[in-house]
Amino acid sequence: MNLPPVFHDWFAARGWSVHPHQQDMLDRADAASLLLIAPTGGGKTLAGFLPTLAELADGEHDGLHTLYVSPLKALAADIKRNLRTPIDEMGLPIRVEDRTGDTTATAKKRQRADPPHILLTTPESLALLTSYEDAPRMFAGLQRIVVDEIHALAESKRGDQLMLALSRLQAMCPNLRRVGLSATVEDPAAIAHGLACHPDPCEILYADPGPDPDIAMLVTQERPPWSGGNARHAIPAVLEQVKQHKTTLIFHNTRAQAELFFHNLWLANDTDLPIGIHHGSLDRAQREKVESAMVRGDLRAIVCTGSLDLGIDWGDVDLVIQIGAPKNVKRLIQRIGRANHRYNAPSKALLVPANRFEVVECVAALEAARAHDLDGDPKGAGPRDVLCQHILIRACAGPFDADALFAEVQTVGAFASLTRAEFDDCLDFCATGGYALRAYDRWKRLLLRDGLWYLRDPRAARDIRMNIGTIQDADRLKVRLKGGFKPLGEVEEAFAAQLTKGDTFLIGGEIVRYEGLREVSVEVTRRADKPPKIATFMGTKFATSTQLSQRVLRMFQQEDWPQLPGHTSDWLHMQRRVSKLPEADRILVESFPHNDRAHTCFYGFAGRNAQQTLGLLLTKRMEEEGLDPLGFVATDYATLVWGLNPVTDPAPLFDRDAMLDGFNDWLGGNAVMKRTFRASATIAGLIQRNLPQARKSGRQATFSSDILYDTLAKYDPDHLMLQITREEALRGLVDFGRIEEMLTRTAGRVDHVTLNRPTPLAAPMLLEMGRIPIKGAGAERLMEDTAAQLMRDAGLADL
Amino acid sequence: MNAYAFSFCDTTLHALPSGALWWPDQRLLCVSDLHLCKSDRVARRSGQMLPPYETRETLARLTADITACDPATVVCLGDSFDDLLAAETLSAEDAGSLTAMQAGRQWIWIEGNHDPGPVEFGGTHLAAYHCGPLVFRHIATAQPGEVSGHYHPKYAIPGAGSARPCFLFDRNRLILPAFGAYTGGLRATDPVLAALFDRPCAVLTGRRAIAVPVMPSTRPVPPGRLRGSRP
Repeated sequence: MNLPPVFHDWFAARGWSVHPHQQDMLDRADAASLLLIAPTGGGKTLAGFLPTLAELADGEHDGLHTLYVSPLKALAADIKRNLRTPIDEMGLPIRVEDRTGDTTATAKKRQRADPPHILLTTPESLALLTSYEDAPRMFAGLQRIVVDEIHALAESKRGDQLMLALSRLQAMCPNLRRVGLSATVEDPAAIAHGLACHPDPCEILYADPGPDPDIAMLVTQERPPWSGGNARHAIPAVLEQVKQHKTTLIFHNTRAQAELFFHNLWLANDTDLPIGIHHGSLDRAQREKVESAMVRGDLRAIVCTGSLDLGIDWGDVDLVIQIGAPKNVKRLIQRIGRANHRYNAPSKALLVPANRFEVVECVAALEAARAHDLDGDPKGAGPRDVLCQHILIRACAGPFDADALFAEVQTVGAFASLTRAEFDDCLDFCATGGYALRAYDRWKRLLLRDGLWYLRDPRAARDIRMNIGTIQDADRLKVRLKGGFKPLGEVEEAFAAQLTKGDTFLIGGEIVRYEGLREVSVEVTRRADKPPKIATFMGTKFATSTQLSQRVLRMFQQEDWPQLPGHTSDWLHMQRRVSKLPEADRILVESFPHNDRAHTCFYGFAGRNAQQTLGLLLTKRMEEEGLDPLGFVATDYATLVWGLNPVTDPAPLFDRDAMLDGFNDWLGGNAVMKRTFRASATIAGLIQRNLPQARKSGRQATFSSDILYDTLAKYDPDHLMLQITREEALRGLVDFGRIEEMLTRTAGRVDHVTLNRPTPLAAPMLLEMGRIPIKGAGAERLMEDTAAQLMRDAGLADL
Repeated sequence: MNAYAFSFCDTTLHALPSGALWWPDQRLLCVSDLHLCKSDRVARRSGQMLPPYETRETLARLTADITACDPATVVCLGDSFDDLLAAETLSAEDAGSLTAMQAGRQWIWIEGNHDPGPVEFGGTHLAAYHCGPLVFRHIATAQPGEVSGHYHPKYAIPGAGSARPCFLFDRNRLILPAFGAYTGGLRATDPVLAALFDRPCAVLTGRRAIAVPVMPSTRPVPPGRLRGSRP
C-alpha cells in the first residue's frame, strides 16, 4: 500500500521519513494476521496505525474501522493523544475515541449507537462490548484490530480472554485483519501462533533492534545490606544520577518498595528536585497528575513499578534505574527500552542491587542482557476458567449454538487442542454448575431450547457483565483524607484491618495517620507522629527465571569474582571457606542452630514459588519424621526451615517418590490451592466478585471460597473447577515444574553441611520477611499453650 | 474426645470441637444454625450455583456427634433450614439420614429467623425450650441461663492463627457457633457481640476445642461484615 501524498508531506514537514518496518507494515496491510517485533521507541504504534490512517484518509468509510486493544487504560488514553497530532495536522476525517473502565456511561452508550472510526480499548472492555445483543451492529464494517504490547497480554489470562473475544469478532466480521505489536521476546513464533486465526499462518516482521543498551551496575559508597528490598543505601547515589540526567525512571519490583524508596528519596532530596511516584494502587487522579507532569517534562524523576512498564510515551527519559534484581532478563530489556525513546539511540540503564545476593543476580542479569539471552517459559494450553467466562459472555449476547461456538473457540491458537468433551464440560459447568449431584435442575443458568442455549433468567446478564475480567485484585479499600472526598489511593483490606488509630503509613509518598474506617474507606489525616508502617500491596512477586538462576549457579563455580564488588566476592569466598557454594547438579543443605531452634537451609535455586512449594513439601516430610518443623521462609534461591529437632540426614527428604506422594496428598489441603481455586472460581463465575446489591468484603469471600473448596474436594473431587485449580496451581503458584527440574538436575546428590552457626549465605535468610508457619502438631501445641497462658493470666484457668 | 468442659449456671457442659454442645447430665446434644439447603436457596435467589454438598456435609458431622454421644434429646437451636422453602427440597437421601438420627430420641426444632414455621420432618417445634436452669432459644435475650445461636461467632487468638467458629460464654449467657457447613461468622469482638457479654470466654472449634478469654479488640471492624438480624 502506498501512502497518500498528504502523509509524505506531513512526514517531510517534521523532518521524518517512514521507517523500513513501517513501510513493511503498509506493504502487508492486507495480511490476515501480522506480528511486528520492534524495540520500545521504534515507532511501533504508528507502524500499526499507518495502514488504518491511509485507508480512512478518503473519508469513505462509515462506522468502526479499527479496534486498538492495549493492556493499560493509560496507554489507550496516551495513544489517543498521539494519534490526534497526525490526524489534526493532516486534516484527516477520522474520529478516534477511547473506551475503558474510566469512560463515562453516556459516552459508552453513544459509542455503541454511533461508533468512531478508531476505538481504543482494553481486553476487558472489549469482552464487555461483545456481550451486548447489538454487538454485530456496532462491529459491522470493522476491518482491523491492532493489539499493542501483545507480549505483555500473552503472559496472562487477559491475553486468552482477548483472543477468545477476537474469535467472536472474526465470526461477525470474516474479513477482519489482525495486527500484533510486540516488544523483543524470546519466542515470537509462540505469540504469532496465539494471534492468528488458527490454523492460518501469521507473518512476523522485525524492526531494526537498534544499538545495544548501555547498562551497568550502580556503584555505591555504602555496601548493600544483607537482606531486604528497599535499597536505602543507594539513595545518595541515585539522587546524584537524577541530578546528572534530564529525566530518570526508577523502577521497583513491588509497590511497597516503590513507596518506601520514594519516601526515603524525598527525605534526602535536599535540592528539591521535582520527583513523582506512580503505581497501580494510587488513585487515578493522582496517577494522571503525575503522568501529565511527566509528559510536560516537569519531573526530573519518577519512582514507579510495572504500571509504567508498557509503551506509554513519557517524553525525554534519558536514564532508567532498576532497583532490586530484575528477576527476568526479558523484562529488564523491556524496561531499559523506556529510556531514550528515540530510534537508534542507545538506552542507558543502571541496576541497583537491594541486597548482597542481588549483587550477584544483577551481574548475572547484565551478562545475560549483553549476550541477548532472553528468558521465558512456554505457555500451557488455554485456561478453561477463561473459556467458562467466555461462554457466559456469549450467552449474554443472545441464544447460541454450541457447535458454532466450539468451532469459533478452536480458531484461538491457545484453545486449538481443546477437545469437544472439554468444551462440553465447560458448557455444562456454565449451565448447571457441573456437579456430580445434579441439584440445580430447577435453577439452571443456561437452558437448551430448540438447539440453542439461552440464559434462563435474562437478568443474570447483568451479574455476568459485572464480573467480566481475569485480573484478580486483592480486596482493596480506598484511602481518603478525613473530611475530604478525593481518594489518595488504595490499601489491601488485610492491611487496613491491622491498623489501630494513630498508626501511620505511606501512601502516594505521604505519611498519613490512620483515624478509622468509614464505610468502605480508610480515613486518614496528614499528620505523622510515628515512623510509618509499610502498606502491603499484593502485587505480583515474580520468581527469578530458570535461565538467570542457572547463570548465578555457573558464576558460583568461578575461582574468583573480579566482576563483583569486593564486599560481595569476599562474602562468597567466606561461604566457600566455612561451607560450600551451591552447584547446579547438587543440592546444598546446611544445618545450624539459631535462637534455640534447629535451622536447615535448602539451596534449590528453583525460583520463589517453587522454593515455597518445596518448603511445604519438605516440612510435611519433616513432620512425618518427627522433626517438628515450626515454619519456613523461601527466597528465589533457597528455603530455610526451622523447627524443634535438627535434621541429621536430609537426602531421604528429597526422595522423588515420597515427595510426589506427599505432593498429591498435600496438594489437596493447602492454602496455595485454595487461593488458586478462588481465582479460577471467580473467573469461571462460580464465585461472583461484584454483586449488584452490596460489596462483599474480601475476608468473607476468602472464608467462603475456602469452604467451597473443601466441600467440593470431599464430595466431588473430579469437578471441573478442581481440575482447573490443579492445572493452574501446578504451573502457577506451586510451580511444580521447577521442582521437578531441580530434582532431575541434582538426581539425589545432596551435600549436607552441619555447623554451629549460620553460614554467610544462609544468614540473610534469617532476616527475610514473609515467614510461613506450619499448621502441624507443633503449631497446634503452641496455640494451646498460648490459650492456656491467657486463661491463667485472666484467672479463668479453673473455669 | 477433645471437648472442653466448663460450668455454666450450675451445670457442667461440654463444648465439642465440632461446634455442638453436650450436656451429659441430661444426655442432651444441642447444635445451632445448621442452615440446611443453603445452596438451594442461594441458587433460587441469586442464580449462583454453589457446590450443593453442604447439607450432606452438615448432616454427616451431626451424625458423627450423635453416634459418639448417643443423646436422649437433640435440640436444633434455630435456622436449621436456610428457609422454609428450602426444607422442601431436602433430598430423599438427606431426609433419610435425618430420620435415622431422630429414631429413638426426643428431637426439638427451635424456631429461627430463617425457619420461623414448623417443618414436615419429625420432632417438636418450639419457640424456646426450658430444661433445668437453662433455656434454649435462637436469638439471645436478657434472660440468665440462656443458650442461643444466631450470631455465628468466630474468634482468632491474637497472634496465634486465623479465626475459627467458636462458643462464647460468660456467667449468664452462652452462644453457640454455627454448625452448618456454608456459614460465615461474626467476630467475637464485634460491638454487637461484645455488647451481649461481660468478659466472655471463647471456645474455638477445630481439631480440639480450645478455650481462651476474648481480648477486647482495638482493631476496627472491617466494613461489609454481616451484622444485625440475618447473619
